[in-house]
Amino acid sequence: MAKQRLIEIAHARSGDKGDLVNIGLIARKPEHYPILVREVTVERVKQHFTGVCKGRVERFELPNLGALNFLLHEALDGGGTMALKADPQGKTYSTALLRMEIEVD
Amino acid sequence: MIRIANGQGFWGDSLEAPVDQIRRGPIDYLTLDYLAEVTMSILQKQRMRDPQAGYARDFVDLIARVLPDLKERRVRVIANAGGINPMGCRDAVLDRAARQNIPLKVATVTGDDITDRLDQFMKRGIEFKNMDTGEPLSAIRAQVERANVYFGAFPVAEAMGLGAEIVITGRVADAALTLAPMIHEFGWKETDWDKLTAGIVAGHAIECGAQVTGGNCQVDWETVPDLADIGYPIVEAEPDGTFSVTKHAGTGGRVTVASVKEQLLYEIGDPTQYITPDCVADFTTVHLDQAGPDRVRFSGIEGRPATNYYKVSISYTAGYKAMGSLVYTWPDAYKKARAADQILRQRLNRLGLRFDEIRTEFLGANACHGIPSGEPSPEIEPHLPEVVLRVGVRSENRAAVDRFTREIAPLVLNGPPGVSGLGLGRPRVEEIIAFWPALIPKSEVRPEVAIWPSKD
Repeated sequence: MAKQRLIEIAHARSGDKGDLVNIGLIARKPEHYPILVREVTVERVKQHFTGVCKGRVERFELPNLGALNFLLHEALDGGGTMALKADPQGKTYSTALLRMEIEVD
Repeated sequence: MIRIANGQGFWGDSLEAPVDQIRRGPIDYLTLDYLAEVTMSILQKQRMRDPQAGYARDFVDLIARVLPDLKERRVRVIANAGGINPMGCRDAVLDRAARQNIPLKVATVTGDDITDRLDQFMKRGIEFKNMDTGEPLSAIRAQVERANVYFGAFPVAEAMGLGAEIVITGRVADAALTLAPMIHEFGWKETDWDKLTAGIVAGHAIECGAQVTGGNCQVDWETVPDLADIGYPIVEAEPDGTFSVTKHAGTGGRVTVASVKEQLLYEIGDPTQYITPDCVADFTTVHLDQAGPDRVRFSGIEGRPATNYYKVSISYTAGYKAMGSLVYTWPDAYKKARAADQILRQRLNRLGLRFDEIRTEFLGANACHGIPSGEPSPEIEPHLPEVVLRVGVRSENRAAVDRFTREIAPLVLNGPPGVSGLGLGRPRVEEIIAFWPALIPKSEVRPEVAIWPSKD
């Protein structure tokens, strides 16, 4: 097993709904999808966004697109217009997730 | 087959995109999405200053500019440009057409604005519970600014059936703007769940404009051709519910399975339950193929019956905020920015100012990614060429926020050295408009559809 950043095998896009951020994480190749399913767990994502995501994390699988969809609850300091952040809509949470280091075969 | 183009992903998107969509290749319908949640509140503020305002003025200028092209090419336009004053928008469009001596049929879809009926509904037991927190609307009733129902595609299709060349709506679900011409052209019924879902997925794919044709595209962004001349998306829809997403030949950007996947996953929740006024879409049924260069074909889409509720977006005032920024330069840029933040906070304390939130970020160090990116390494940190100190405050008390805005600029002279004010001047105090998502039974509200001939 070797360590690799997610960005090597995946791409992503994020957006907001109220105080929630969703991150779509997409395998670059079909063979990468099972690695995402195995490595990028709810627990790991929650830990990765410590201090950013204050609520729970949900994960949904889209095998048809080779993608996972993550919902980060309470992740925008109250939501788009309330937030004082430089990124009040969580647009850059996608690249923040792609920093994650995972184990690959 | 019909071609449905998107020429505007939000109010403030490219002014040239809708013109290019009309002029640079064949399309049958042009959809324009002007309304983000926050846009309704901006329109509200504009209308308080001017009762004739309250709609997307850019749209009126656009129609005036392209009207002869629309006529010549027989392109019909569907836009949620009406905002909180669809009739005002209609009048302005008809007036501009009359000035060019061009006859024009404009339809409106209204009835979404329930601001004045909220108390009536609440008295009858509709609580408008916040979909995220479960709290009833009574908790913030006094702060409510506006309440708008999200209608679906059928009233828009009805407007097309009346012969409208331009349909102006108030609040309509974004994706419904794309589904509506399919219903109109193909005669889809209110129970054709799979087909309606296909139309919604098509709408979702193109409603954010160039975000599906290579804009903001994570995957191999450096190789996306000619972003300067990026083509906006076009759906080529078939009566059986299959469709392709493409763009005009000769434009920049790229439509690939990868670029489409990024957009499909944008701003969705549970992918098996994407709830819209017209159906419940299941994104796990979508099958994508690269059917040619800059062409992705969608098939296999399935959905389920719509719910008995419309979503309501309720905006309310929630205090004030302001953000101030200063840039600190090498050497020790980050250290100086952090010191300035501490000095500022001590001064705010000494002034006895209290805030609901005060937030500091260091742009250039770790602002956007925060903890996942960690602190700059000790080897790099002292050599950072510059770091932007960005401080924001939020409070119910406008005076406290206003006082904060006066404490930023003095730091240039009375704080750490090597600093510039970024040429921005004193920060502006903004009133915060927050959102309260709720539901209303469909039986309680009805969309109103009307058509208006041009003044000769």
